[in-house]
Amino acid sequence: MALSHLGASASRSSSLLKPLSSALSLRRPISGDNSPLTVETSVPFTSHQCEAPSRSVETNPKELLTFFRDMALMRRMEIAADSLYKAKLIRGFCHLYDGQEAVAVGMEAAITKKDCIITAYRDHCTFVSRGGTLLEVFAELMGRQAGCSKGKGGSMHFYKKDSNFYGGHGIVGAQVPLGCGLAFAQKYSKDETVTFALYGDGAANQGQLFEALNISALWDLPAILVCENNHYGMGTAEWRAAKSPAYYKRGDYVPGLKVDGMDALAVKQACKFAKEHALKNGPIILEMDTYRYHGHSMSDPGSTYRTRDEISGVRQERDPIERIRKLILSHDLATEKELKDVEKEVRKEVDDAIAQAKESPMPEPSELFTNVYAKGLGVESFGADRKEVRATLP
Amino acid sequence: MAAIFQGVGAAAALSSSLSNSFDSKKFVSSPLRKGASFAVVRSDGRVNLNPKGRRAQQLISNAVATKSDSAAASSSSKPGHELLLFEALQEGLEEEMERDIRVCVMGEDVGHYGGSYKVTKGLAKKFGDLRVLDTPIAENSFTGMGIGAAMTGLRPVVEGMNMGFLLLAFNQISNNCGMLHYTSGGQFTIPIVIRGPGGVGRQLGAEHSQRLESYFQSIPGIQMVACSTPYNAKGLMKAAIRSENPVILFEHVLLYNLKERIPDEDYICNLEEAEMVRPGEHVTILTYSRMRYHVMQAAKTLVNKGYDPEVIDIRSLKPFDLYTIGNSVKKTHRVLIVEECMRTGGIGASLIAAITENFNDYLDAPIMCLSSQDVPTPYAGTLEEVTVVQPAQIVTAVEQLCQ
Repeated sequence: MALSHLGASASRSSSLLKPLSSALSLRRPISGDNSPLTVETSVPFTSHQCEAPSRSVETNPKELLTFFRDMALMRRMEIAADSLYKAKLIRGFCHLYDGQEAVAVGMEAAITKKDCIITAYRDHCTFVSRGGTLLEVFAELMGRQAGCSKGKGGSMHFYKKDSNFYGGHGIVGAQVPLGCGLAFAQKYSKDETVTFALYGDGAANQGQLFEALNISALWDLPAILVCENNHYGMGTAEWRAAKSPAYYKRGDYVPGLKVDGMDALAVKQACKFAKEHALKNGPIILEMDTYRYHGHSMSDPGSTYRTRDEISGVRQERDPIERIRKLILSHDLATEKELKDVEKEVRKEVDDAIAQAKESPMPEPSELFTNVYAKGLGVESFGADRKEVRATLP
Repeated sequence: MAAIFQGVGAAAALSSSLSNSFDSKKFVSSPLRKGASFAVVRSDGRVNLNPKGRRAQQLISNAVATKSDSAAASSSSKPGHELLLFEALQEGLEEEMERDIRVCVMGEDVGHYGGSYKVTKGLAKKFGDLRVLDTPIAENSFTGMGIGAAMTGLRPVVEGMNMGFLLLAFNQISNNCGMLHYTSGGQFTIPIVIRGPGGVGRQLGAEHSQRLESYFQSIPGIQMVACSTPYNAKGLMKAAIRSENPVILFEHVLLYNLKERIPDEDYICNLEEAEMVRPGEHVTILTYSRMRYHVMQAAKTLVNKGYDPEVIDIRSLKPFDLYTIGNSVKKTHRVLIVEECMRTGGIGASLIAAITENFNDYLDAPIMCLSSQDVPTPYAGTLEEVTVVQPAQIVTAVEQLCQ
């Protein structure tokens, strides 16, 4: 059934680029400008219990070029992580996001840093789009001190508090109640901000998700649940795991929207729509139809439950970076060479960050005991005689 | 938004910015009293005084007094007020909610119903539906939501109607609550309080008579305390809410109607400290929660028989107060642990390991541990009685230990 899905997407891609209008004659410098540009999404939105937003997305050359650069950076970063993993510099679990970059980039374009994002373990790119640096990413992956969690979290535990990125969670589905809790706190403090709680098609079958959705709908919380449907929950295809793979409909009383997750502009439009909706009417579910090129994690080849043809088919027809590249070229916003230069630049940035991260030291042994507890009301672990302090838990 | 919740000092700004947006009918706002007077009473009698320290002196005699002296002491100290344990918890919770706008309560039936054990009675009317939240019966998700809210700086108090139900939320408590401070490299603190009654009640059946202290004790990053009297219930509740760490407060179903006189002024009990209930010379009896009363009952018999037991209510189940316990062991050289937890892997088992590791040289006899039997609690009254430790067994154990 995944293959029939692919067939449908092939016919969709023929209407890939239909620019409706380009307002002004566009200038050439690659830095782009803010002159408005309207692009139509590849497919119309499908909605459940709500009015779908329009297919025409407002954008501008600068944004498109930023999309291109950011997605190229993320792609390069993930591929570099792949090589590092194979070189045994990254150990344990490593879940790569390549193929799904449009979701992270499009979402970020629609919201502010005051809105919260929480996701599961496929979090490297979401962390970067929230403002994390490449050094923090690679250092954390390699378990070094310069990492965003000081080397103690690892691939599945990236967090960035100052830009409201709440991680980074290893247990499937557990982040959704946390996300609804973030939305609750936003409502409590009357912030006019929203929370995007991301999960996968595998987590969509978790009971706690529906429990949290029920409470969010009851209490009118500004929670947006985003299902990044890459059609495979670990090694099991969605049609084998879910009786109803229409994840945007599974909220039942909660409205839902199905979005082409490989189209960054569609993602941006949907997230904008969702934010407005959530602030007025409570929770909404977004289903991002996306795809991952790598396996579930680095220990999964990714080819035992799907064919290589399928993977390369999606790469040819629906790749998010290619889509933006074609858009840029067809609107004459930059030349082929300029885009290639961006890719080279990005590659160099990634290589530099890796080199820098490799120089960062491993955490000190005393770091084992730091941050177990937060300071408060005398949390200190004394030796039995209280004469010597065995470990001060800061 | 994260900036709003940082630090005590910001709370004043917070309350002023929110006070006009909250519905004033439902919400009583008072800015954080930074200079509030309170005394931390330590079990060895020392008191951390604050500027208004004079009243604290009278506080000491109340806290450290043995049970027989408490009646005499209370009449000589500043008169407090008498109340039941659940009212003490309610008072503590209410005072903290008034003091800090970020404190909210979540649980089943806590709002309009007033709490299944009346701990949150009247709070919903006073603070409104956004601060006292009735949740559906979905422990996993509302505990998760509490943790998510705590990540942003709110201070939720999550009530499990019975501690046994928290097993459904174990993943959230263990993986998220306990570990997020560590895995985020210190970026997030989780100042959540998870509380609820547990323990063996009156024929409530196996699933509703669980003692889960043993299950939670190895989760790194959380603190566990067990209250046993109205005084320490209120003190521990307040301390737990003020703590930056996740705290699990274990209450007991049968102790909610205990009556005691507690001080009027603001006080907290140190979360990591044990309470000296009755100083003695012959044997150290370590206990917590309901078993404290069984031990004190046995102590009466023991005193008549000529023994002088030292009774310590350990209160802090994680981490253990090895200082107080150690001093006691060095004095008496014999230890008896009386607990309601299961024998296998219970709090007593960990305590034996901790004492043996640290104080082996001071022990004259092997440590004895009386715990509940390793069985699901039966319904029949007679069988249920035998499941938990009874005073007669404690007396026999002490006699055996002191031979």
